[in-house]
Amino acid sequence: MVTSITSFGRSGLYDWMIQRVTAVVLAVYTVFMIGYLGFGAELTYEAWTGLFEGTAMRIFTLLALLSFAAHVWIGMWSVSTDYIKPTVLRFVFQSATGLLTFIYVIWGIMILWGV
Amino acid sequence: MLVSVYRYNPETDDAPYMQDIHIDIPGGKDIMVLDLLQLLKDKDPSLTYRRSCREGVCGSDGMNMNGTNGLACITPLSAVVENDKIVLRPLPGLPVIRDLVVDMTQFYTQYEKIKPYLINNTPAPAIERLQSPEDRAELDGLYECILCACCSTACPSFWWNPDKFIGPSGLLQAYRFLADSRDTATRERLADLDDPFSVFRCHGIMNCVNVCPKGLNPTKAIGKIRNMLLSQAT
Repeated sequence: MVTSITSFGRSGLYDWMIQRVTAVVLAVYTVFMIGYLGFGAELTYEAWTGLFEGTAMRIFTLLALLSFAAHVWIGMWSVSTDYIKPTVLRFVFQSATGLLTFIYVIWGIMILWGV
Repeated sequence: MLVSVYRYNPETDDAPYMQDIHIDIPGGKDIMVLDLLQLLKDKDPSLTYRRSCREGVCGSDGMNMNGTNGLACITPLSAVVENDKIVLRPLPGLPVIRDLVVDMTQFYTQYEKIKPYLINNTPAPAIERLQSPEDRAELDGLYECILCACCSTACPSFWWNPDKFIGPSGLLQAYRFLADSRDTATRERLADLDDPFSVFRCHGIMNCVNVCPKGLNPTKAIGKIRNMLLSQAT
């Protein structure tokens, strides 16, 4: 057993599971958006705001946003523990990733509910 | 043919270097890489490498031949030589002791971690612990590992975290005991593996499967460990 306090769920299995579940959510969201943009109705301001005013779409988008945050953390944490050997540098990188992800999530929520 | 061989003697060399040697193969025969090394050693007795059984059983002469890990004794020149040239290097990632000899301590430390022995605290039967032929068959493809380290030293995850990631060889052995019907420590063994490094640093790139000189499949064994962890935890 290797101790790790900066990984997402501290359990390898948990991280592995979350990484896959979030990947499925992001894949479904991506396919939906490609479908909407490619084959949906004409993209006007009304259509676009109308789409994001619906509660279901907001839930779906928030789910994708949170999935993105968890996915990013697990992925970037993995990369940093592989390639950044000095502890201080690695911690700074992980902190910066965490801060940036947090900003994106809050900013995303503000945009989503600001529609 | 041209042989480019990795040379490093820490007592005399400041840094490792590649030595180019032209050599004629007697009779132009398709000899094994280990035989080629013997020819080189006849020319220069200071060339150092490990060897023992010379038939792919002991796992001593694992090395990197033209970029691919394998056992020198069972690798014919025809399988690795390109454009009449072969580059011989020690197994990647491990500290070099001298020339083609690496320090295997990190590899063995990971092997020790998985407790590579049968654990069964129930009273021993009078004769032996029996296994059905079906249960015994579960160990096929696992027990044959000779610990040559070709797989683990071909694995980038092991290169980056040799102190934390068990590596394909150790994990194949971990599953060998998880799959053994006579072993009673399954729960403890799995608990020891459920961290972000020991098993889950494997990203399934299958370098290990590609190089295993015994034709084993560590990636499949790692997948089975993951499934055992999953079914226990969900």
